[in-house]
Amino acid sequence: MVEWTEEERSFIQEIFSKIKYEDVGPKSLCRALIVYPWTQRYFAHFGNLYNEDAIMGNPEVARHGAVVLHGLDAAVKNMDNIKSNYAELGELHSEKLHVDPDNFKLMADCITVVIATQMRASFTPAMQAAWYKFLSVVVSALSRQYH
Amino acid sequence: MSLTAKDKAVVKAFWGKIGGKADAIGQEALARMFIAYPQTKTYFAHWPDLSPGSESVKKHGKTVIGAITAAVEKMDDLIGGLSSLSDLHAFKLRVDPGNFKILSHNILVALAVNFPGDFTPEVHVSVDKFLAALSAALADKYR
Repeated sequence: MVEWTEEERSFIQEIFSKIKYEDVGPKSLCRALIVYPWTQRYFAHFGNLYNEDAIMGNPEVARHGAVVLHGLDAAVKNMDNIKSNYAELGELHSEKLHVDPDNFKLMADCITVVIATQMRASFTPAMQAAWYKFLSVVVSALSRQYH
Repeated sequence: MSLTAKDKAVVKAFWGKIGGKADAIGQEALARMFIAYPQTKTYFAHWPDLSPGSESVKKHGKTVIGAITAAVEKMDDLIGGLSSLSDLHAFKLRVDPGNFKILSHNILVALAVNFPGDFTPEVHVSVDKFLAALSAALADKYR
């Protein structure tokens, strides 16, 4: 069972109160597809991902970026039950989407970098630590269903 | 994932923009790493103070970023250019190479915080590749 301090909880709530899903989500997914281009293997059906401009202008990518970020909603709303709340999504990623779980970490790092560009110095080291812990718990929960 | 001519040009241009802020970036990256990845502190048990504003973190941040800045000019032969630093890390410091990735990530976060407009996805991928190649060169002598 993951233990959260009051400070960690408030850091996570603060980050989510400051970011816009329709902005951070698309930017994070764009970054993942550009910085780690092998992740494009999961999005052949999105059409043109040929270069950076194509990716950043692709409406499917933008739409899906917001979907992925909203995937964190369940975790923010109930930080004490992340493991059980992500069982279904984990199974989806394993059994239906066949996503290598190493990619979750890449996506998490990209979300972190985008948040850093937006929150800048107010994304303090202590806040980054809580954020990393939060994303690690979500990634772990998503990865549990693989067999 | 070798560095293309484009990667080298992008890294050189971006590093030129960092200019005088390099030392602060080094300090911030170390500070973030020690707080967000506390296991990395195990290599610095001999320091009196590991807090973000401490003299040790400031000085060592400068050392590390200085070496990275020097490596920007050595991108055509990182293994050769970092040979003695690799000896140091392999035989004396014996830092587990997994930590190079952790520090690299925190350097990227520090760059994102300080250069939000310049640290575009295009710059991000080239700098990430550069730091990965640098890390590999640093680990070259390990075994």
